[in-house]
Amino acid sequence: MCLAVPMQVLSLHSEDGGDEPQVAVVESAGIRKEVRLEMVDRIPEPGEYVIIHAGFAIRSLTVAEAEYNLALMRRMAEALEKQGRLPGAMEE
Amino acid sequence: MNLDDPFREREVCAALLEEIRRLSTAVAGPVRIMEVCGTHTVSIFRHGIRSLLPKNITLLSGPGCPVCVTPAGHIDLCLQAAALPGVILATFGDLLRVPGSSGSLADARARGEAQVEVVYSPMDALDLARKKPEAQVVFPGIGFETTAPTLAATVLAAEQRRVENFSIIPLAKTMPVVLKELLADAELELSGLLCPGHVSAIIGADAYQPLVERYKLGCAVAGFEPADILAGLLALLQQELSGDKRVQNCYSRVVTDKGNRRAQALLTRVFDEVPSEWRGLGHIASSGLALKSNFAVFDASKRFELTASAAADPPGCRCGLVLKGRILPPECPLYGRACTPLSPVGPCMVSTEGTCAAYYRYSDHQYSNPRSEHGEAKGRT
Repeated sequence: MCLAVPMQVLSLHSEDGGDEPQVAVVESAGIRKEVRLEMVDRIPEPGEYVIIHAGFAIRSLTVAEAEYNLALMRRMAEALEKQGRLPGAMEE
Repeated sequence: MNLDDPFREREVCAALLEEIRRLSTAVAGPVRIMEVCGTHTVSIFRHGIRSLLPKNITLLSGPGCPVCVTPAGHIDLCLQAAALPGVILATFGDLLRVPGSSGSLADARARGEAQVEVVYSPMDALDLARKKPEAQVVFPGIGFETTAPTLAATVLAAEQRRVENFSIIPLAKTMPVVLKELLADAELELSGLLCPGHVSAIIGADAYQPLVERYKLGCAVAGFEPADILAGLLALLQQELSGDKRVQNCYSRVVTDKGNRRAQALLTRVFDEVPSEWRGLGHIASSGLALKSNFAVFDASKRFELTASAAADPPGCRCGLVLKGRILPPECPLYGRACTPLSPVGPCMVSTEGTCAAYYRYSDHQYSNPRSEHGEAKGRT
C-alpha cells in the first residue's frame, strides 16, 4: 500500500560519522519517525518534505513543487472558468 | 497544515470534476480506464469518485496489488520458510492472511507451526535479525519497483553489517512488462491507463511511452489525493477527445520523466531481471527480480532449499480475471457470499488494496448488478 502523505524533514543523521546522512527524522500531523535515505532521489534539506515507502524516503519535494503541481491542475480545469461559471458549485 | 491538503480541497476537485462531466458528454462511446495501482483503487472508493463520474466512464482495476498478483505457489514458499525450525518470517502485514495451497501464514501461526512477525520495513526485519542472532530471519520480498529498492538497500546493509542470519525470498515484480502483456488483450478495449504514482516515481513517466506507441492509448501518471485522481482521469478524457494519446504526468511534484536514478541504481546493483509468475497472468518474461549471484547468500530460497511447486488457486476464485480487468468483483460467484473480508477466499479480498476488498468495504453492495451499474463492463470468463 502506498502512503501518499508527504512528511516534513526535521533533521538528518549520519550513522557512520560521514558527510552523507543515512537517516532523516520526519513528521506529519504530530507523528514523528525515522526514515532511511538510501533510495531517495536527492538528500532533502530540513524543512523540505519526503514521500515515504516501507520506512524509506523515495522522493524529496518542496512546497514550490507542490504549488506548481496544483497550478497545473487548476489550468486543466480552467476551460470551465472561461465559460464564466464558478468552480466549486456542484451541479445536478 | 499538510503539503497535500490543497489536493483534497473542494474548490480544486469540483472544478476538475465539472470539466470531466462537460467533456464526457462530447465523447461518443464508453471510456474504459484501468487504474493500475491498488492504492488508487482504494482511494477512488474512499473518496466516492466512482459514484461522481459520468456513467460512460468505467474504471477497471489492474494488477497493481502486490500480494494479489503473487501466485499461490509463491505464498507456499513463504509458508515453507516459516515452518522451518529456528526461522522467524518477518513480513509486511498484508501477506499474513493470503491463502497458499494449505492455508495462510496467519493460520500456520495460530496452529503454532510458524513464527511470524509483522514489520513495517525490510530494515526492521534486518534489525530483528541483529537482535536475535540465534534465529534465522526471512523477509518475503513481495512488491513492485517502489518496494524493490528498499529490499536492495536492506540486502546491502546486511552485507555491510555482516548480518548472516538474514535473508529474503526474492519475489519482487516489475510493472511495464506486465502492462504490455495485459494490453495485448484486445478485448479489454481500454482508452487509457491511470498509471501508478509511486512506481512511476522510481521508473519515471517515460517508461510508459512504449505502451502509448504500441497500443495507441493514453497514460496519465497520478497521485493518490482526490484532485490527483480526477486530474488523471480528466487528462485521459481530454486525450480521448483530441486523439492525441501520450504520457501525461499529473503527479509532477513526485514523478519526473526519468524517475529516481538512485533507486534505479540500487535495483541494477542488487537484482537481475528474470521471468516471474503472476496470478491470473502466468509466467511473464523479464517481469521479476532475482538477487544477482554475488548476493545469492541472502536468497532464502537457496539457503533453505525452498521449492516452488505449481499450486492451484482456490476453487471458484476469479481473482485472476479481476486482476486482468476482465471482470468486476461482483461478477465472481464467490464475491460477498463465500468470499468476504472476514473469510476471504482469494487474495483480492484479503489485501486492504485488493479490488474485491475495496468493492466490498466501500460499495455497500450497490454494485451487485454490475451490468446495469456499469453498462459496458464485460463479464466474460
